[in-house]
Amino acid sequence: MKSFTYEKAESPAAAAASAARRPGAKFIAGGTNLLDLMKLEIEAPTHLIDVNDLGFDKIETTSNGGLRVGALVRNTALAADPRVRRDYGVLSRALLAGATGQLRNKATTAGNLLQRTRCPYFYDTNLPCNKRIPGSGCSAIGGVTRSLAVIGSSDACIATNPSDMAVAMRVLDATVETMRADGTTRGIPIADFHRLPGDTPHIDTVLEAGELVTAVTLPKPEVGKHIYRKVRDRASYAFALVSVAAVVQRDGSGRVAVGGVAHKPWRVEAAEAAQPRGPRVMASDLLAGAKPQPDNAFKLALVERTLAAVLDEAKG
Amino acid sequence: MDKSGHLPISRRNLMIVAGASVASAAVPGSAGAQTPDLARSGAAPVSSKVSFRVNGATRGLELDTRTTLLDALREHLHLTGSKKGCDHGQCGACTVIVDGQRIVSCLTLAVMHEGASVTTIEGLGTPDDLHPMQAAFIKHDGYQCGYCTPGQICSAVAVLDELKAGIPSHVSGDLTAAPELTSAELRERMSGNICRCGAYSNIIDAIAEVAGSAA
Ligand SMILES: Cc1cc2nc3c(=O)[nH]c(=O)nc-3n(C[C@H](O)[C@H](O)[C@H](O)COP(=O)(O)OP(=O)(O)OC[C@H]3O[C@@H](n4cnc5c(N)ncnc54)[C@H](O)[C@@H]3O)c2cc1C
Ligand code: SF4
Ligand code: FES
Ligand code: FES
Repeated sequence: MKSFTYEKAESPAAAAASAARRPGAKFIAGGTNLLDLMKLEIEAPTHLIDVNDLGFDKIETTSNGGLRVGALVRNTALAADPRVRRDYGVLSRALLAGATGQLRNKATTAGNLLQRTRCPYFYDTNLPCNKRIPGSGCSAIGGVTRSLAVIGSSDACIATNPSDMAVAMRVLDATVETMRADGTTRGIPIADFHRLPGDTPHIDTVLEAGELVTAVTLPKPEVGKHIYRKVRDRASYAFALVSVAAVVQRDGSGRVAVGGVAHKPWRVEAAEAAQPRGPRVMASDLLAGAKPQPDNAFKLALVERTLAAVLDEAKG
Repeated sequence: MDKSGHLPISRRNLMIVAGASVASAAVPGSAGAQTPDLARSGAAPVSSKVSFRVNGATRGLELDTRTTLLDALREHLHLTGSKKGCDHGQCGACTVIVDGQRIVSCLTLAVMHEGASVTTIEGLGTPDDLHPMQAAFIKHDGYQCGYCTPGQICSAVAVLDELKAGIPSHVSGDLTAAPELTSAELRERMSGNICRCGAYSNIIDAIAEVAGSAA
């Protein structure tokens, strides 16, 4: 690990300003992704700004009946909150399907949204990777692609976003609240928060340098059956091959977002109209234009089957 | 012991250290290759003071900012019960309880824990006064080589607290109800603690016994 200076930020504005002053700085929250990558020198910040004491650890009700989740609320606390369990079950389920009890106790809402890809070549520092070293090439294309993207990818990168939580937040139409280095704030719809790789796969999100995530807000509860179904190689403690977050109505209509298939949670609002016509039509609308790799074409069928299982579960 | 808190290096350890530096010198950019890295990046090590409670006693340390909580416990406080299996959050061998919650101590920095209260396996019980979970692991043969055991036991103690607090899991049927004490629940909640020897079923028996008598 490269050495770094360390500071505990005392206010959000001070944290954002400090990050802007030091180009090599990074925020650290739970540390469960950043430290992992720092040990491998995939990330090498020269300064760490600890944001754990900023008071962003509360879940509050908003004036329009939604919830405002502080950026530092731990994944365990968010999944266990009685309001989330009752009104946003898909979010609770997605969180509980991710990582382990030990990791969820540390992992934060902001850190989870900003976790980096699990593409095996991103982790292998002996091999080229455009996300790790821009312009070096993509080792995954033509390599082992089983876990990688089938849609929205580019010739530069076929990585997927590994977050379970983000898929649920996409189906719930959450908004990411931030503070920029100059102290101004903005709300970014979750649909626009994560980028597609294009020819700049080293940039995961639309956040600016030094922009601090302060909270994620959820609109008022979406009535319907909340379901998160994660398909993976083990029954517990593995990243998704494919996952489906859904809020389904009695007539079979509703919202659906898919994880494990793209560089961001994949949701196509237009495809949701096809939902009452069954999983096959819906999957083909949702995945129109997919470009699977030789090892991962199975994900197309897996999405359809997982959708079928979810729609089935919604009836029960 | 010298002031930095380092153990005196034995001849055997010295050989290991020498071997490690030879290996790392041949792999530029590897995590172990401190010297070539520093020369390249020009960044000097930075140290920082931190103080937290460990098993009830306040401990003050001056550490390189890079020191994980696990390394602070093992290398500086010589509490070698917590184990390093993977150093990447994947195995659970380093599980300790911080402010009442289990975490993997390899993926957190010591300097981030100013004022925290840390419990390691050494703080749960002693050979003469075992914690009920330690006693149950012995009774049920919940280990073979024992390497994962301190992490398993710290995790198990915290799992029972999480169940008591009503925190749901991936296998909980009804999200709004209190989770039930079933072996499926225990297995899911313990899935972050890997056992190379495969003592899983005895581990679950040990936890179930403690959970049963605590209920
Ligand atoms: C073994 C293992 C298994 C896992 N399995 C899963 C899984 O199945 N599903 C899943 O979804 N996840 C999984 N994870 C990932 C885990 O969810 C993430 O590591 C965690 O959510 C990251 O949160 P953190 O608070 O620890 O982030 P950190 O590591 O502290 O930070 C991550 C990134 O976010 C930035 N950041 C943090 N806070 C802010 C802020 N407020 N504003 C701006 N930037 C910020 C940091 O600079 C850093 O770049 C797993 C991790 C491990 C180690
Ligand atoms: S898919 Fe993306 S992350 Fe993986 S090797 Fe290619 S560029 Fe790197
Ligand atoms: S050593 Fe920490 S999880 Fe393996
Ligand atoms: S007892 Fe040997 S690893 Fe678990």
